[in-house]
Formats: sequence, C-alpha cells, structure tokens
Amino acid sequence: MSVGWVRRHGVAIVILGLAVVFPFVVSEFWVVQIGISSLWLAIVAMSLTFLASYGGMISLAQTALYGVAGYAMAILTVENGVNPWLAILVALLLTVAVGAVLGTVAARTYGIYFLMITLAYGVFAYYFANQARQITGGHGGINGVLAPSIGGISLLDRTNLYFAALLAAVLCYLGLRYLVRTPFGIALQGVRDDPLRMSALGFNVPLYRILAFVAGAFVAGVGGVFAVWYNVRISPGSIDLTRTVDVLVVSVIGGLYRLEGAFVGAVAFTLLSNYANEFTDRYNMLIGVIFLVVLLLSPGGLLGMWEQFVRRFRTFVTRLKTRDGGREAREKG
Amino acid sequence: MARGVRSGFGWQLVPWLGALAVAVFVVQFVGRKAVADPGQFLITGLNGLTLGGLYFLVASGFTLIFGVMRVVNLAHGGFYLLGGYLGWSIFRETGSWALAAVGAAVAICAIGVTVQQLVLRRIQGQDMREALVTIGVSIIIADLIIAFWGGAFVDIGRPVALDGTVRMLGEAYPAYRLFVLLVAIAVGLGLWLLLHRTRAGMIVRAAVDDRHMVSALGVNVELLYVGVFALGALLAGFSGVMGGSLLSLSPGEDGRYLLVSLVVVILGGMGSLGGAVLSAAAVGLVEQYAAVYDPTYSVLYTFVLMVIVLALRPRGLFGREA
Repeated sequence: MSVGWVRRHGVAIVILGLAVVFPFVVSEFWVVQIGISSLWLAIVAMSLTFLASYGGMISLAQTALYGVAGYAMAILTVENGVNPWLAILVALLLTVAVGAVLGTVAARTYGIYFLMITLAYGVFAYYFANQARQITGGHGGINGVLAPSIGGISLLDRTNLYFAALLAAVLCYLGLRYLVRTPFGIALQGVRDDPLRMSALGFNVPLYRILAFVAGAFVAGVGGVFAVWYNVRISPGSIDLTRTVDVLVVSVIGGLYRLEGAFVGAVAFTLLSNYANEFTDRYNMLIGVIFLVVLLLSPGGLLGMWEQFVRRFRTFVTRLKTRDGGREAREKG
Repeated sequence: MARGVRSGFGWQLVPWLGALAVAVFVVQFVGRKAVADPGQFLITGLNGLTLGGLYFLVASGFTLIFGVMRVVNLAHGGFYLLGGYLGWSIFRETGSWALAAVGAAVAICAIGVTVQQLVLRRIQGQDMREALVTIGVSIIIADLIIAFWGGAFVDIGRPVALDGTVRMLGEAYPAYRLFVLLVAIAVGLGLWLLLHRTRAGMIVRAAVDDRHMVSALGVNVELLYVGVFALGALLAGFSGVMGGSLLSLSPGEDGRYLLVSLVVVILGGMGSLGGAVLSAAAVGLVEQYAAVYDPTYSVLYTFVLMVIVLALRPRGLFGREA
C-alpha cells in the first residue's frame, strides 16, 4: 500500500472507516433503522445501478429477484429447518437460476421495452407471492425468519448483523467493480454503447446481457437475504410495486451512472423515510416529488449534483488563478 | 436487432417447439374441462371476453400514447384508479352514472394534459427519462388517492338500467358485463375510424411510423402530442369508472391495470390497435379460465403467455421496428 494508493482511495477509506466506527458512536436505533436498513437497500439498488450504468438495462425486476432469495430463505429455514448456510447457498442459486430465465426472455429487448418487461416481471412476482398460498404463505407471508450464528457470533445481535451487511455490501461493491474491469465487463460496456457493432465483431450480444442480468440477480439476492434477516419476515408487501419504485428511487436519487450512488441514495432514502413523518403525513408524495425534481434537474442524482458542484468550483478557482496570473504577467511585461 | 453468430443447430426452433408443447397441453386440458361442464366453460369464456373488454379500454390509451409519443406512461394505472375514485365521488353526489363517467374522463384528461405540459414536455424525446418521470407521477397519484379516499374498497355500483341480468345460454348473465363488452367494441371501432378515416388519424398513424418525418412535413407535433396524451388519459379515466362498476377499486389496484397495460402492449406490439384488441382479449380469457380451473396459480398463466409471445416475437404480435 503505497502513499499513492492511499491517496487515490482516500475518500473510500474515510467512508469505510466511518461505517466501521458508526455502530459504536450512535444509538441502537440508528444502527438498525438507518445502518442495516440502508445497507441492504444499497445492495439491491447497487444491482440496478450496475445493470443501468454498465449494461444499459434499467431493470425493475430487482425486487422480484430479491424476493426470490428472501422467500427461499424463509421457506427453507422456517418451514423446513434447513441449515442456514445451505439455505443461503440454495437461495442464491435459485435467484441466479430465475435471473437467467427472466434475463433470457428480456435480453433481446432494449431501452424502454426492457424496462416494461422487467416491470411486468416485478408486478407478476407480487401477484404470484400473494396468490400461491401453499408456497409463499399468501398475503401474510412467512414470519420468524431468524438470522443464524457464524462461529459463535450471532447475527441476531443487531451490531453483528450490521457488520455482516457491511461486509456483504463492500464485497458486492468490490466484486462488481472488479467485474466491470474484466474483459467481460469491457465487452458488456461495448454492448451497452453499440450492440450492432459488437455483434458484427463476433460478440454474442444477448449472452453478454443475460450474464450481466444474472450477476445483477446474484447481488439482488444477497440484498434479499439481508432484507429477510432484517425484517425477520417476508410477505408480498416486501416486493410490491411501492418497493420496486423505492429501489428505483434509491438508485436514481443516488445517481444511476455510478455504483457508489446506490449507497448515497440508500442513506438519503432511509434518513428521509425515518424522519419525514415528523413534518409531513404524505411521505410517499414527498418521495414522488423529490424523485421528479431529481430526474428533471439532475439526471445524475445526488452524486451527479456533487460532481457538478466540484467541477464548477474548480473552474471557478482556476479562473481566479489565471486571472491573477494574467494580471501579474501584464504588470511584469 | 442484434444477433450473434448462429450455429447450425436449429436453436431458433426451441421457442416454437416449447410454444407448441404448451399449446397442446392447454388445448387438451381446457378441452377436457369444456366437455366435463360446457355451461361453466362458456360462461367463463364470456366473463373472459368482458374482462378483456375492460382491459382493452384501459390499455388502448396506453398503447396509443406509447405508439405515437414513445412515452411509456407508467402513471396509466394511477390515471385509471384516480378516474375510478373520482367517478365514485361524482356518482355518490349526483346519483348519475353517466355524469360520473364523463366527469372522471374529463378530469383525468385535464390531469393528463397538465402532466404532459408541465413535466413530460421538458424532457421530450428522452424516452427513458420520460418513463421514469411517469413513475414519479404514479407515486404522487397513488398517495393522493389515499389522502382523499383512504384505504377502503370502493364499488361505484352499476347504472340503474344495467343493474339487472340477461338470460343467456340458459343462465342469468349480468347485463353490465355485456355493456362493458359493447362499450369496448364501440371504443375500438371509434378508435379505428378515428385512426383510419380521419385526417388527424392519418397523422397519428404516420407519427407511429416516423414521427420525425411527420414533424418535418410541417405537422404541429406539439399539438399532436397534447391531443394524443389527452385522449389516452381520457380513456384511462373513463375505464376507471367502467372498471370501478365491474370490479371494486382499492389502493394498489393501479399496479394491476398498469400490468395489464404493459402486457397488452408487450403482447400486441407498439401502437397497434389490432394487437391491443387481440392481446386484451387473450389476457382476459387466460385470466378468467385460469382463475376458474387453477385459482392458486392463475397469475402464472398470463406470465407464461407473455414469455411465450416474447420468445417467439420480441416485438409483440404486430410489432414493428421502432
């Protein structure tokens, strides 16, 4: 770790350090309601941000996919008493399999068609969860999904669950960052920018999009596992249209074009949803208005706004400097 | 659009064979049920068609807006539900069903034009942003409904003249259901005449094919967009009252009609009226038969229908290159 490495990743190190110290300096309420809640939401939103920014696919099926993982966890551990580790494995494999099937059908479409089809997936999943009582427990869902222990460390303890979620979020983030730098990731970005040309170059365009969708499904599934541990239950209400829109709102508010945006959006969203009721009864209307304003004013979301601000500030500073420099030069001459 | 290099093996045939297998299974299954109880089979079919009629009323506005403006109006379900609730209030105040239908349609039309002018026009031509923005609008509408009408189930009730039953196939059939079907047919015919026999319709059809060319030929595209969006919203508001009298209304139902609109457009193809008729009828029939023969998993059948059509024709039954 050279000085250069530290300097390049300074912001990330500081944020990660704050995230590690966070549970020791705030109350339990903050750790649970803001911390864990933001983290699982960020993981799910990150899967959408990844698909949108690197695959050009805005998928509204991510809630359906995290629902698959969540329901699988609930059914396996609560109703069949399966070992939690095996349950996690099966749940994630199932999510990936479902993602592969859904992705295969949707991957041949682009842009708003893809958006429409994945939105249909999401709504179908909600109605299925509501209807198929024998599998999903119907409207009431499945209750009492308890987090397991890892080597004597119980995830039922909220601080431990927070660190587990933090670890998962960081791993998902690093994994996706690694993925987009591999030859696969580079080709995926080519597919996003010009599918026709990539196809002519011999790349199997639908396959790349399907694989990206599967990677997104995996990350959404990880989010689903933590969501079900956090809520201790899962029901159709956890994957309804409102939830689907919430995930989209998180991604858009944070900034759809960078993975980090998911974290920014998740924290902003969670803070808002916890404190908005202190000044308004119409929380969803507030969310809707904020979403509209962000979309209309800054498609890059909060991260985009910040970067715009930094850029403006820099040009302002350089302009000041050059103006001074110019005057000095003239005076000397 | 883009396709990779194909191997010699006939992978293209896989979806067709799958569809064939599903079709054979469905035909023999439904056939056996039909023979076992022909009365139930026919009544279910009629229920499916009337439901399909309602679905066509909802989805026609959605597909019209999408076809002409490339705007996926994800607030369409919200427009429907808000129209239904407004109709319910008007009906309760005045006692006139016709007034409720007209009032709701006009009100939603006005709201639609407001949304189009205030929000969509600013980002015109950026289809993805437009779609996302309409999600924001739908959140706001859903919350407005809860603010004004609470979370209760609401049933508008049928107009007095249509509250009875008609004897059909040896059974008493609700007259209102047939009315829905007739209205859907009338609206379908009206839209067809509008699109194929008037100058405005000619422009709309031309815009579905190539809106840039239409604008280059001197047509006022702004006006066209306002008109199309107004008509689509009007249809959504009107079908809200139709649907609120056929089935009940409750918060969250907007998702159902949004799903129906999406599936109808995905199945039928962008902006195609014929496609919308066919796929609305198909969705209605599949949903009703599934609800009767396999109620626990009925939603799966509509899903399978969508997947099969997408696998065979990614642009829908009557879809063309955008």
